Amino acid sequence: MGAVRNGLVAVNDFFSTRPGRIGFFFVLALITLFLPVFFQAAGNVFMVRIFALVGIYVLLALGLNIVVGYAGLLNLGYIAFYAVGAYAGMNLGFLMQELLVGLGFLGERPENWSYWVLLPFAAVPGVLAGIMIGAPVLRLRGDYLAIVTLGFGEIVRIAITNDIAGITNGASGLPGVGQSVAPVAGQMWVRENLSFGNFLFSKDLYWYYIIVALVLFAIFVITRLDNSRLGRAWVAMREDEVAASSVGVNILTTKLWAFALGAAWGGIAGHTYAYWVGFISPESFNFMESVLVVCMVVLGGMGSIPGTILGAVIITAAPEIIRVAATSPVFAGFLTPEQAALVGDYRFLIFGGLMVVMMALRPQGILPSKRRARELHPIDDTILAQENQQLWEAEHKHESDSDLL
Amino acid sequence: MSVELGIIAQQFVNGLTLGGMYALLALGYTLVYGILLMINFAHAEMFMFGAYVGLFTLQGLSRIEFFTSSGPALLLLYLLTFLIAMVATGILGVIIERFAYRPLRHAPRLAPLISAIGVSLFLQNAALLWISSRSLPFPVLFEVRTFRIGGASISSMQILIITVTILLMLVLDTFISRTRLGKSMRATSQDRETAGLMGIDINRVIALTFFIGPALGGAAGIFSGMYYGNIKYNMGFIPGIKAFTAAVVGGIGNLRGAMLGGFLIGLLESLAAAYISTGYKDVIAFVILIIVLIFKPGGLLGESVAEKV
Repeated sequence: MGAVRNGLVAVNDFFSTRPGRIGFFFVLALITLFLPVFFQAAGNVFMVRIFALVGIYVLLALGLNIVVGYAGLLNLGYIAFYAVGAYAGMNLGFLMQELLVGLGFLGERPENWSYWVLLPFAAVPGVLAGIMIGAPVLRLRGDYLAIVTLGFGEIVRIAITNDIAGITNGASGLPGVGQSVAPVAGQMWVRENLSFGNFLFSKDLYWYYIIVALVLFAIFVITRLDNSRLGRAWVAMREDEVAASSVGVNILTTKLWAFALGAAWGGIAGHTYAYWVGFISPESFNFMESVLVVCMVVLGGMGSIPGTILGAVIITAAPEIIRVAATSPVFAGFLTPEQAALVGDYRFLIFGGLMVVMMALRPQGILPSKRRARELHPIDDTILAQENQQLWEAEHKHESDSDLL
Repeated sequence: MSVELGIIAQQFVNGLTLGGMYALLALGYTLVYGILLMINFAHAEMFMFGAYVGLFTLQGLSRIEFFTSSGPALLLLYLLTFLIAMVATGILGVIIERFAYRPLRHAPRLAPLISAIGVSLFLQNAALLWISSRSLPFPVLFEVRTFRIGGASISSMQILIITVTILLMLVLDTFISRTRLGKSMRATSQDRETAGLMGIDINRVIALTFFIGPALGGAAGIFSGMYYGNIKYNMGFIPGIKAFTAAVVGGIGNLRGAMLGGFLIGLLESLAAAYISTGYKDVIAFVILIIVLIFKPGGLLGESVAEKV
């Protein structure tokens, strides 16, 4: 336990230094941009897909982080917004495509423009759902809210399974018989123009870059939000609702904004997932998915963007990477393929145990936000020691300053 | 009796059986909430765990010829099964409290809830990986007879479930209101710190709460196995939510409220399944939960508790 803890502290210290951070981001950018290209060139489409899937979960985790991390409201039905985004995207897309083809915009080659046309509005269904769900229940206390959001998540899933309003095609999913999602515009172009030699600019790689762009956009927007008036209001409300409302924070609207803006990213992720995979069914939107996204935020560090991203990467990719690594010659002696497959089977068990251990030992997550760390772990010795050190330095500096005078 | 009334009577019997299970499970939520002010999210897994222990005990003991030889011996077999399963589930509850919740007793509210979700995830997957991912048949060793009363039919199984449920509730109610330990539980739920100052061993009371709640939940799990004829690793999730709803409807922290709420949810669900739609029957509990929390968060029998600042 002690070694793990010291290791985590060391990781944290490393990121607090400037060269550590710059070097890390440089390597990270290289990996993010080029590693999937190498996998594609090596013909390993599976890994490209894993990369894109990680991106989708990063989007979801970043969105949930607004609700859980910033505003401190536990939402256990977050995946409902993902579902709403996906189903709205699919249904509106079919209408849109018919309209565009009917008007003769698409000519002879019916590329699918609906993803791109609808993307600027992809957040709308999520936001609407967020407000609809949030408005009546936001008066509730923390753990009641968690259970009610869980209830809403289940209601959405059950409604989808029962083909509500005839637009979800029930358990068999969309697109149903007779409908299909044409290749999205741009996919064919990159395939024809950017492939060379053995390297094929595949559909999954194309989507990977779209998802990366969306993630970068999300990071930008959420960082801005964090430093905005609203972001400060969230933090104030999370730490003490009564105190926050007494200095003029409107608790209800502030909570509603958190719900709506968190849901927005769920909607965008759902829209993108639906067009990337080209098939959606209620199975993809069950309670376990919601729990998984909560795990990502908690494991990485509530309220911390790098932490949330790390959490999403670990939870989505780790089992797959271990499985792939075990079959590669480099690690052949380390894990047998059977053992590696077990890691995949055991992941939920491991995540469950990890959540318990994290809450007991490091509730602030692997890469915590400083403020959240204090709040969740007020008696952490290392943080306390750091603060004492800073305090001492500040006092000392003051002394030496006065000496000079 | 008209056909219509017959259907209502039938749904009433079914709802009462279902409600008994929900009520037993709801007692666990309400007991823990009353004392620790936390939602024990892992409580649904007690239902599942109890059912599995019950199944294995029943399978193991029924190999001994004596237990299946006569009526009274069979009764003894079932008594032993319930006893072993309830004790085992209770012990699991105490272990969970010790390792997952006790270290977080002074942590912010979100921490124990997340820890509880972790425990739930762990136990479900432990059952999935180490027992089976498919549903296992739950044998019934006695002959189930059906009686007709008016337009409704009631099976001996339903009579058994309803009777034992009410019996367990009476025992619990007496325990809480009449015994010394029960008194210390009530004191702890009123004010933990003051109770501690009065010489009550708080940790023991909390451990006791985490024994009784899961033990009752485990019994509910066995009933569910007997009633539906099979058990599965994720069988606790939906009943768990419904039982929690029952606890909230009755007024969380209030034992009689949880019993009332359990029967109410069971009845409403049965009627809804008959008159509205079976596809949406699981939605009923969620809708009731949301409506109650919005309009009467204190529940039917609970007092409205202002949040401590």
